[in-house]
Amino acid sequence: MTFKYSKKVIEHFLHPKHWGKIKNPDSIGDTLNLRCGDIMKIYIKVGKKKKKEYIEKISFETLGCGAAIATSDMICDLAKGKTIKEAKKISFKDIAGELGSLPVQKIHCARLAETALKMAIKEYERKKKK
Amino acid sequence: MAKNKKIIYLDYAATTPIDSKVLKEILPYLKQEYGNPSSIYNYGQKAQEAIDKARGNVGDFLNCSPSEIIFTGSATEANNLAIFGTVRAWQKRGKKPHIIISQIEHHAVLEPCKTLEKEGVEVSYLPVNKEGLISVSDLKGAIKENTVLVSIMYANNEIGTIQPIAEIGKLLKKFKILFHTDAVQAVNYLNCDVQKLGVDLFTISGHKIYGPKGIGALYVKKGTEILPIIYGGGQEEGIRSGTENVAGIVGLGAALVEVKLRQAEVKDLEKLRNELIDGILKNIPDVKLNGSQEHRLPNNTNFTVRGAEGESMVIALDGEGIAASTGSACSSRSLEPSHVLLALGLSKEEAHCSLRLTLGRYTTEDEINQVLKVLPSIVNRLRQISGIK
Repeated sequence: MTFKYSKKVIEHFLHPKHWGKIKNPDSIGDTLNLRCGDIMKIYIKVGKKKKKEYIEKISFETLGCGAAIATSDMICDLAKGKTIKEAKKISFKDIAGELGSLPVQKIHCARLAETALKMAIKEYERKKKK
Repeated sequence: MAKNKKIIYLDYAATTPIDSKVLKEILPYLKQEYGNPSSIYNYGQKAQEAIDKARGNVGDFLNCSPSEIIFTGSATEANNLAIFGTVRAWQKRGKKPHIIISQIEHHAVLEPCKTLEKEGVEVSYLPVNKEGLISVSDLKGAIKENTVLVSIMYANNEIGTIQPIAEIGKLLKKFKILFHTDAVQAVNYLNCDVQKLGVDLFTISGHKIYGPKGIGALYVKKGTEILPIIYGGGQEEGIRSGTENVAGIVGLGAALVEVKLRQAEVKDLEKLRNELIDGILKNIPDVKLNGSQEHRLPNNTNFTVRGAEGESMVIALDGEGIAASTGSACSSRSLEPSHVLLALGLSKEEAHCSLRLTLGRYTTEDEINQVLKVLPSIVNRLRQISGIK
């Protein structure tokens, strides 16, 4: 079954800007929704500006429905250039909000994107401590 | 959606456009001839005559007596009536019934059976092989002393696999077990002679055969014990109360007449279908055809495309003006992959990455060529995005 998507969701699905791998990423957040089978990967590269760490590069690889691809692209839009502290605060509500509207049944895609980014950041912080 | 472009409709298994001849026959019964068939004045009698004529058409098509046809509000209702109606009649005798169905039945059969199961009725779910076929010897092995009903669909809506209905009918005759088949997808293409098939109950739908939505019918073999599931004014021999959907019934009858007239077109459709299958398998790497090569509806294709998710393919095709369907339903109710594809032994991921294209009466070679032109690049793009190549 397919859903009525907003123009913005369709736009991000048909013409995503952030898909693909990053060469030598600082970390990768890899998530899987066991129920619907969507697989989402977020690649990040962290830079430093005025002693603050920020998301310098971000990209995604997603096997999923239209909403999964659109939310992946949107979280990259939202996170790019943000400090790590700010990026951690991005929630599924922000993603859905920026996309205009997301069908209720597809909110879990935005949650998956949120989780993927959080996992990437956590993995980055874990690596840094070592 | 692309504007000013004609839609290429490849979802005929979902529904079909109404045939213009059928529409012409229906229209008077929506406007001038609005009489209630139960009324005894002339107006009502005209409606009754129209119903009688349509019932005759259905009887001709199924090779049965018109009196064995019960019109319903949908094929889903006909399936519900077949299952609840016969099982309830059996339960009146105070015995615990057992039903046998396949794992790949439509929800309109699965859900009634699951509901009965919760009430204590025994249900056996027959597995299918990787082509989607049940085994008749499995079926024989599943029969118990208290088996009252077997319901096996004629042809599957997702993968198009055709079950050996006549063979099953022959087997069940020996056991005096009622045999129901949901033939909704089969009517356009397969033999629907209920005598030859040896069925007791047979479900058909209007909107899958270029007729109107909101009309279905159930063939109930004379002498079959069945109770209504809808009670009221006693229409349809008391089996299905409710003022008859005169226009719908007229449309169903007319649609069947048209299906019969067009039997010669089936071969051409099959040829077109094969061009689509061959073209997709040739032009896109890592694609698998789901279902059976041999026992397949002439209008059905269903593919697993590794690394490209079903819904995303459907939306991208929609952007190109092509109406398709996911092989697997990530439906509003459930995110689970299709029970049909899982029953074939596909993994969740494979089931998730599937696409169904179903052809029909108005499908042209140009349309197939257009699909073959745009689909490879859509798949390629989605594979790049997924990183799975």
